[in-house]
This record gives sequence, C-alpha cells and structure tokens, in this order.
Amino acid sequence: MSEFPVVNLSRSRRAFLKAGGAAGAGLLVGVHVPVLAQAPGKAGTAVQAAPFSPNAFVRIGRDNTVTVVAKHVEMGQGVYTGLATIVADELDAAWSQVRVVGAPADASRYNNLMWGPAQGTGGSTAIANSWDQLRTAGATARAMLVAAAAKRWNVPAETVTVAAGVVSHASGRKATFGELAQDAAAVPAPSSVTPKDPSKYVFIGKRAPRVDAAAKSNGTAMFTQDVQLPGMLTAVVLHPPRFGARVKSMDASAVRSIAGVRHVIEVPNGVAVVAASFWTAKKGRDALQVEWNDSRAWTGSTDDILAEYRKLAEKPGKVARADGDAAKAIAGAAKALEASFEFPYLAHAAMEPLNCVMRLSDTECEVWNGDQFQTGDQAAVAKVTGLKPEQVKINMLFAGGSFGRRANPQSDYVVECAEIVSRLSKTGTKNVPVKLVWTREDDMRAGYYRPMYLHTLKAGLDAGGAIVGWQHRIVGQSILEGTAFEGVMVKNGIDGTSVEGAASLPYAIPAIQVDLHTPWTSVPVQWWRSVGSTHTAFSTETFLDELAAAANQDPVAVRRTLLAKHPRHLAALELAAKEAGWGSALTPGKAGEKRGRGVAVHESFNTVVAQVVDVTVKPDNTYKVDRVVCAVDCGTAVNPDVVRAQMEGGIGFGLSAAMYGAITVKDGQVEQSNFHDYPVLRIHEMPDVIVHIVPSTEKPTGVGEPATPVIAPAVANALFAATGKRLRTLPLKLA
Amino acid sequence: MPVLFVNKERVDVASSVPGDTPLLWVLRDSLKLTGTKYGCGMALCGACTVYIEGQPTRSCQTPLSSLKTGAEITTIEGLKSREAQAVQAAWVKLDVPQCGYCQSGQVMSATALLAKNKRPTDADIDEAMAGNLCRCATYVRIRAAIKEAAQSLA
Repeated sequence: MSEFPVVNLSRSRRAFLKAGGAAGAGLLVGVHVPVLAQAPGKAGTAVQAAPFSPNAFVRIGRDNTVTVVAKHVEMGQGVYTGLATIVADELDAAWSQVRVVGAPADASRYNNLMWGPAQGTGGSTAIANSWDQLRTAGATARAMLVAAAAKRWNVPAETVTVAAGVVSHASGRKATFGELAQDAAAVPAPSSVTPKDPSKYVFIGKRAPRVDAAAKSNGTAMFTQDVQLPGMLTAVVLHPPRFGARVKSMDASAVRSIAGVRHVIEVPNGVAVVAASFWTAKKGRDALQVEWNDSRAWTGSTDDILAEYRKLAEKPGKVARADGDAAKAIAGAAKALEASFEFPYLAHAAMEPLNCVMRLSDTECEVWNGDQFQTGDQAAVAKVTGLKPEQVKINMLFAGGSFGRRANPQSDYVVECAEIVSRLSKTGTKNVPVKLVWTREDDMRAGYYRPMYLHTLKAGLDAGGAIVGWQHRIVGQSILEGTAFEGVMVKNGIDGTSVEGAASLPYAIPAIQVDLHTPWTSVPVQWWRSVGSTHTAFSTETFLDELAAAANQDPVAVRRTLLAKHPRHLAALELAAKEAGWGSALTPGKAGEKRGRGVAVHESFNTVVAQVVDVTVKPDNTYKVDRVVCAVDCGTAVNPDVVRAQMEGGIGFGLSAAMYGAITVKDGQVEQSNFHDYPVLRIHEMPDVIVHIVPSTEKPTGVGEPATPVIAPAVANALFAATGKRLRTLPLKLA
Repeated sequence: MPVLFVNKERVDVASSVPGDTPLLWVLRDSLKLTGTKYGCGMALCGACTVYIEGQPTRSCQTPLSSLKTGAEITTIEGLKSREAQAVQAAWVKLDVPQCGYCQSGQVMSATALLAKNKRPTDADIDEAMAGNLCRCATYVRIRAAIKEAAQSLA
C-alpha cells in the first residue's frame, strides 16, 4: 500500500529558478518525500522491507515507525491525532514514532461502523466508531510483538513488558518495535485480546500533541488545492445563476482565444473552462458568454419560502413525538406562551473552497481529495465514468475545513470533476489530471446549504410555574429525502435530522408533542456542523428560558429540576454553572453598556454540552460575547486537548452563524458571494473560552459538532438578561 | 521577463505569464510554492499573505505587473527569522492549527506583528490579526501562541 504524501517537502529544493508560464512549461514538483509516512517500496524512495501489518490499521516498519492508517478524513477535528492516540496507547508506543496516513477508499476494511457498509466521516462518529476497533488493533499488534520477543528470548510472554516503544524483559533484554517487526509478522495473530484497563492509559485522557501541527504551521501540509501532478490542468466552472437553470446557448470564442485555455466543455451544471493554470481558467470562465434556459429554474426568493413556511406552521404536521396530550395540557394551563423562530440558509464556507483532482484512464479513475464520503463518492464517480466503484481510487489529502460540505450526499463537486474528465476522455484527452477549483463565489453560491427553518413553540405553565405541556412544530426541507440515506434515516415521513434535538427533548414535561412539515424547495441543502441541532437547540433552549422568566425562576434552577433523570446533562450543567460563577454578579460594563449572562445545555451526537455565556451590549446595540464557560461530557476524552480545541472551535463556528450567518435568495439568485457579504467571526470577536471536561470512563462520544449548537441559544439568553429583549430570528441582531 | 526574488532566490517569471496574474497564482501555479493559500481572492481572508519588501501583503490582490523588478517576496516557505521560528514553535506547542488551511497566513501575519512589536497587547493582536480568517476559529490559541512567542523572544 502506498499513499499520496500529505506533506510537501519540495520547499527544500532549489528547482524553481526559472518559473514556467501559463502554457504549462513550468517545472513540476519532482519528488514528494512523505514524512508523515514512509511509503514502502514506492518509486523514488528507498525500498524497504515490507512492514509488520497485523491488521488494516497498524503498520510497524523496520525503521521503528508505527503507522496508523486513518479511515477518517482529517478536516481540522483532530481525528488523525485522536485515532493515533488510541492505537499508541494500546501498543505502548512512543508518541514520537507514530505516523498517520489516510486510508484508501475501501469500505470492506475501512467502513464507518456506525454507518453500515460505507466509508465516510460525519455525525461526530470518528472516534466513537473506531474506539473498540482501534483498541483491538493496537492490542493485537502489541501481543504479537510480545510473542515475537518471548520466542526470540525464550521467555514466557507474560514476563515481557512494553513501554514507550521498547519491549523488555527482566533479564535486561530489550528490543525496539522495529527490531521485532520481521519476527512479529510471522507470529500468528491472537484470536482475542483484552484492551487496557483505564488505569493503565499512557496517552488516553492525557496529552498527545497533534500529529499535523508542524506541517500546518510551516506551509507543508498538503490540501487538495496543493496537489501538483505532471501535465495537470485546472478547471473552473461557470455555474448557472439560478438553481435548476441549464445552458441554452454559449459563445466561447473569446475564451478559446486566451492563451493557455485548452478546453471549453458543457457539463450538466454549467460550462467548464480547462486551462494550464487557475488564473487562465478563471479568465476564460469570466469571458464565457452563456444564455441560460430558466424554464426549469427556480426564480423565487427566500422571503417567499418563509411566507409559505409561516402558513404551513398554522397546520399540524407529521408527528415525531407525542407524550400525553400537549394541546389539552396547554389549553388548561394557568398561563400559556407561544413564540416562533426563524433560521436562514447557511453556507459552510470552509477556508478551502471546494476542489477535487481526478485522472481518468480506461481502467481507473484516480482521485485526490480531502474526501469525507469515500463510498458515496466512489459510487458517484463510477456512475459518471462507467467504471466499477472499486476502480475509483481515492488519495486522501487534508481537507481545509468542511463542516459537512465535503460529505455531499449527491457528491456534487466530485461528480462535477468526474463529468469534466469523462468528457475530456471521450474526446481523446485521456489520463490527464484535472484539478477542479471552485472560487469562493462558486463555493458560496452553488448551493448546498443548511436548510432554512421555521419553528413554532407553545407551552403552558401551571399556577406554580411548572411546565405542563410543550408543543413544538418544525417547518423545513429534508436533508435526506432523495439521497442514499433516506431509507435508513427517514422514518414514516420524518427526516430524523429535521427533528433531532427537538423530538429528543430531555426535560421532564408531562405532555410533549413535536411535529414536522417537510416542504420541498429548489434550494439544495445538506448537513452543516451539528445538523438538526443547529436550529432545535436554539428554539428549545431559548423558549425554555422564556418559560423560566415567565415563571420567575432561575434558568439554571429550572433546568436542574427538569433534568433530574438525565445525569449527564445535569453534570455538564452544574459544572458549567459552578465554573462560570452562575448567580454571582457580573462586573458592570462601561457607561452605557449593559451586561448579561445566559445558559444553554444540549445533547447532540451522544455528547452533552453546557455553556454559560457573558455578553456586553454596547450603546449602539452591537454586542460582544466576552466569555464562554463550556462543560462537556463526551465519555472518555481520548485526547483532552483535542476535545478542548473542538469546543473552542465549535463555539466560534456557531458564533459566526449566531451573529452574522444568512444566505438569502432574491429572484432565484443567491445574494451573498464572499466574506464581505457573508461575514464570519474574526479574532477580535472571539470570546475567551474556558473548557471543562466531565470525568468519565464511558466509551467516547463525538466532539466535532456538539459545541456548535449550544452557543447561539446561550448568547440569546444572555442578551435577554442584558436587555430584556427576546431574539427569535437568526442571526441575532439587537439593532 | 519579470524578475523577482522569492525567498532570496532569483526567479525569472516566464513572459507568457499575463501581467494581471495575481502574485498568489504565480507562486502557486508557476513556482509550485503551495504554502500560500487561496481563500477568497478579494483580500478578505488573509490566507494568501506574503511579504513584499518585508510588508505583509495579500498576494491574491497583487497583480504581477504591479511588482517592481527585483521585488523581494517572502512566502511561508522562506520564513526563517527569529520571530518566525518563535511563532511556529508556539503554534506547535499550543497545537493551534485545526484544518490548517489558513495557518500559513496566520503565521505570516503573527510573525510580522512580532517583528515590529515585541510585546503586543490584546488590542495590538486584534489589529494585526483581524484580517486573517479562521473558520475553525482557532483564535483563542492564535492569541495565546502570539503571547507565548513574544515571551520566548524576550
């Protein structure tokens, strides 16, 4: 097995004295020397003996490197480090000898165990589904090294110990993993192994630094955007300005006269200009004259969609949860409250705009991508190219963010690249690598957004202020209808991702009803970091706050009462409240400023997160989130610093949406295009974040997403505390 | 044939490279120096930050034709100063990067800050770094790492 290197060492060469031009005369990067992993036997590197490969996840080289094969994409969430932490601990390796490589696309070995027979990363499942698998993989490799040493030294295996990558015996004999690798490969694999007792952990729950930090601090980390291959061309696509429009006619004469433009190709969703460099391709794209056929295009506006959703919300939807008779309970209550909440479309806007590299021959399609859904992408590429899925080879690169976008159920951008190489191939341009590059504007305008939603909530309080009934209605597009996930995740017409976090409301309320309308619109949608919880956490946690205020109760106290049967929620809530000094007075702001403190708690992906937020509202009604105290119960915190980083980052990501995020459409055209009209959080807007991890020895649960949904409701509740004003429309604007 | 000095090496950019090509794409596509990243193309995100004559500059909005002959360009690949080493060491020590795509630009901006300001305050950091977006929101650690680097240089 060999891997495309993810670290670029070409910086050390002195090879670019004469830079090539747009005609492609430029020098290409000669040899990529992998440092995160030595690719055994690969041309251009020293040929090594085959490593000891006890299973699909661990390889031990005679050079004493331990290579962990990661079946999940590293897109920032720290999964390469987390997966390696598990293996290194069971193996008793030294952290410095551990390398990580991306696994090939092969669902027979590398499927996501929480998804079934599919390889992919999402739903904060990477560590959770790999935990037992990698503990077993590491423990198996360790047992085989021990057996090899015992045989070599002629001592009982039970008397052989392993620590920090060294295998030892009381007699003073020692050997490195590398020295034992060849012998270990000849040892029969044990039929079963027992993973370590938590008391013996060396790395798990302790510090193991990120394996990718250095490469990502010196410019050598390789992303799809950075792939350079001999003869590679770059494609930039003109997408239709409206969803569903098709090319009616085009005039590419001005494009073909641009030096360096090689091909102009119509693809199902637009026209691709293929050139020797990005800038030439983009200039060509900009020079295209295309008349669009709008007969099947959507020419509406997001305002129209919202108006339709408001009407729908007046009627009952499909029932997702019914405990008791909520309508009756509310009708008979001493006091009733009602509120509606509006959530816009959101773009993922990862720093690396979408891209993909592909080379198609008659027998293989080779893909270079920070690929989040290998099995789906293999099938989609196979369909376009006429190959079999197993003929689609995927080389894993780092993904420059994703937040769900690179796991598109339709494989949209991957298919677009396949359409281009497929058409080139049919016209005789075979085996030429093509890098599809979306500009930032393409990335923001070509679709696949977090859906727009409208929620209405009603609740009744009895004379003592207790909540007696809760009705929650959700209106919004299904992410999963019409996708390969529909069969599994849409039940009785209810898309689980539309109601997650609402149908699973943990509060002890005697009557709860949750229902759902699933209208169809032309705006393409998909999951966005924390999926359904992006909206359900907001409406449930702010409405609960309204009820607490109406009952004149403390927001933490009311949650404490209602979560009595949910110890994980309770522990996270209590920890955040205690560490934040809940109940103590806030330091006053400057003259004219108002300050407030808010709380929210929410479970997503089997992880519970509670946050207490302090805000300052300025005289001009702008606001700053000053501090977030975050408590998380994610079971065993495999790599606590990665968990902390995901809480920090998840909060910042959620705060962008809370403060600014909105994709709007007018007359069928997306109004935003880049970071000036789709602003995201900058450093001066980032709060202090203090993370506390609830101690646990349970199996690990997800951390990539669960911090994100909690921040917006906590901020809204803090803004209410500061101003007395309830904000129920996202993004949260006081002015 | 435009002549540049990129990371102290003389580069003769082929005359076939159009003058309107942004420096970013000369670096990435012609010189294969891919550490400098494309993020927005509008000088809004800072991922493409390089130094021109020592000044942090958005290379995506710097046409080749705007560069004077012999212009000194420094990219992340050529970053060697004492401040740069301190910044990169702090970035690793505090595990700043997540996806990492913006971090070349962050490191370039942070290094430029420390080159002219040995003891940056929070306000100085905000001012110097507000042009560098990070969608993973590693900002808490960027701030801490800049302070760490400043301390290590003191």
